[in-house]
Amino acid sequence: MGWARKILRVNLTAGTVKSEPLNMDWAQKYLGSRGLGTKYLVEEIDPKVDPLSPDNKLIFATGPLTGTMASTGGRYTVITKGALTGAIACSNSGGFFGAELKFAGWDMIIFEGRAPSPVFLFVEDGNARLLPADHLWGKSVWDTEHEIKAQLQDPLVRVSTIGVAGEKGVKYACIVNDLHRAAGRSGVGTVMGSKNLKAVAVRGTEGVKIRDFPGFLKASETAKGVLAGNAVTGQGLPTYGTQVLMNVINETGAMPTRNHRDIQFEGAHKISAEAMAEKRPTDGKSNLVANQACFGCTIACGRVSMIDKTHYTVVNRPQYWGASGGLEYEAAWALGSNTGVDDLEALTFANFICNEQGMDPISFGATVSAAMELYETGALTKEQTGGIELRFGSAEALTQLAELTGKGEGFGAEIGLGSKRLCEKYGHPEFHMGVKGQEFPAYDSRGIQGMGLTYATSNRGACHLRSYTVASEVLGIPEKTDPLATDGKAGLVKAFQDATAAFDSAGICIFTSFAWTLQDVAPQVDAAIEGGWSVDRMVETGERIWNLERQFNLAAGFTAADDTLPKRLLTEEANSGPAKGRVNDLGKMLPEYYDIRGWTPDGVPTNETLARLAL
Amino acid sequence: MQRSLNIDPGKCTGCRQCEMACSYENEGVFNPSKSRIKVFTFDAEARFVPYTCTQCAEAWCMQACPVDAIKVNLATGAKEVHADLCVGCKVCTIACPFGTINYNASSGKVMKCDLCEGDPACAKACPTQAITFVDSNWTGLDKMRAWAAKTDTGARAN
Repeated sequence: MGWARKILRVNLTAGTVKSEPLNMDWAQKYLGSRGLGTKYLVEEIDPKVDPLSPDNKLIFATGPLTGTMASTGGRYTVITKGALTGAIACSNSGGFFGAELKFAGWDMIIFEGRAPSPVFLFVEDGNARLLPADHLWGKSVWDTEHEIKAQLQDPLVRVSTIGVAGEKGVKYACIVNDLHRAAGRSGVGTVMGSKNLKAVAVRGTEGVKIRDFPGFLKASETAKGVLAGNAVTGQGLPTYGTQVLMNVINETGAMPTRNHRDIQFEGAHKISAEAMAEKRPTDGKSNLVANQACFGCTIACGRVSMIDKTHYTVVNRPQYWGASGGLEYEAAWALGSNTGVDDLEALTFANFICNEQGMDPISFGATVSAAMELYETGALTKEQTGGIELRFGSAEALTQLAELTGKGEGFGAEIGLGSKRLCEKYGHPEFHMGVKGQEFPAYDSRGIQGMGLTYATSNRGACHLRSYTVASEVLGIPEKTDPLATDGKAGLVKAFQDATAAFDSAGICIFTSFAWTLQDVAPQVDAAIEGGWSVDRMVETGERIWNLERQFNLAAGFTAADDTLPKRLLTEEANSGPAKGRVNDLGKMLPEYYDIRGWTPDGVPTNETLARLAL
Repeated sequence: MQRSLNIDPGKCTGCRQCEMACSYENEGVFNPSKSRIKVFTFDAEARFVPYTCTQCAEAWCMQACPVDAIKVNLATGAKEVHADLCVGCKVCTIACPFGTINYNASSGKVMKCDLCEGDPACAKACPTQAITFVDSNWTGLDKMRAWAAKTDTGARAN
């Protein structure tokens, strides 16, 4: 109940599939999705394994609320050792694939080994089989989904796939389902490509049962009312999407610009939510055409856009004239502000390509911006870029590199290394803006201090989705804290990290947390599954998951020295806005964080902490 | 008053809460594959369209059924499948011009929207009011109002 209680184990080397019962002891300790998938991974792989070797495993995991009527209850997480980072990777996606997997009767799929030649997995309720994918290899995400549906003669099948980026080893390749929803970060698609696994197609007709239907319906309906009545989830996100943040964060003085050299972008208003809704002078239409919900979501923040047909990127290319996944704040920032490009249509095109070929627009945009800095400082020459004038602000360079990187061609193959490897290769490791090898998302930690600690301690490398203290520091959710203060941020980060791990593991979207706390989530989880799930138990489970991830990273070879930020953020003062003159004061927050976590001064969980969390 | 489901695709976000509610109401589980209402996504056009039975007055399915298993619920006007009579011949699925009555292989019977005895679960679950349950005689009221607003070009003091 809640859980399907069944996992599918696929050995790609041997070409076998088998059903196993879900380990219910682990389910009671790690809930589902992110937490439970991580437990399986930690138990089954050597933390020191090469992420791209057949000995790494790739897990698709749903949560107990996936495939229920809980708002946003359609999510799944891909867990593996990340190709970009070598750390634990868990990338979460919406769309419709996750719910379909649950409807087919599976809590998770564990892929192990490496197929001798390309394959895709077809799951039809209790039946699963590996099918040849030679005819799909080299195809985009969009073509692969189309071809699988045609081949199976089933338009209702849901497809999760890699594009060419994942095949070519782009280090931040993602796994895309339903054309433009992605398990985006850390190179989970790169791992999938290394296994010669092109796609997973699922059709589920068994449905989902839960422990207490009437109790659940009451709890989920109450919680939906909370989302509808909240200004962010009820109005801001459906109307503007996450792009509602563009002008807000720019005014806060926390908008990384030109590889974090600046902290405010003069072109922000041209690439904002408001700009997406404006009528274009060229064709009288707006970039944004609709908002779209993922499965079960009553917020519906997704952006769907159409590119101006006269824009240079799509002239005579009708395959890009239809509506597709539009710019979310992170993509608009990474592709735009961070590269200094303010051409909304060019950013939308680059975002389309990221979806079409399956790569993370954050890491891609951030790597392009690092390359632009290398180019402008002379460390990278026009000969080396294959003739591309890689200057900040060049839309042409951005869109050209999107297409090249997505296919692993030309200088795009080097952009596909990610900014850490690229900057090291060209002799300027200090230009890499990230943590544990993963590029920063869209908040500069000089202007929002808590995000510095968030990034430094994030188990999957720099990430805003492990503890979004922006909610408190900028938006005042659940209560307002000063973005420029460091006091109290250690506790704030820990609280956000633990709660987020619980949200993620339930199978719902973290965007609900703009309105929901665990007070809203726990009753839904409790009605869905056995075990008595209180708020306290959810928090403890989140903390347990956080520590489990941490232990994996320590065993993989990471140390406290990796819990840091690039020199630029720690020593170069912000040059404008409210944070002018500030650096990130990580040193003031990190020791307190370790202490609050119950870790040693070297960032290792103490025996007492492990015992308390039953680890 | 007889009521009808009134669908405004312009308000639909494609979330499928309606399919979940329908399947729970009829099957007791969350299972969109058994939903009597279905949301269609037209990706390239960014359109999401819920679609289900319109309860035709002279329903093709009802006329075609050789065992009279489809009957009118006089209270709601819904054409209901009587599972105890249905033999699963599927002739109704051929007769229906709209495709809104379908065979359910797990039960061996056909299934269609029965308006949940006058309180449709899909309409209650829809978060955007894309599906409402309104007076059957005035399903065009919202459209009329919208056009009326456009038609009134009379001068007003600003």
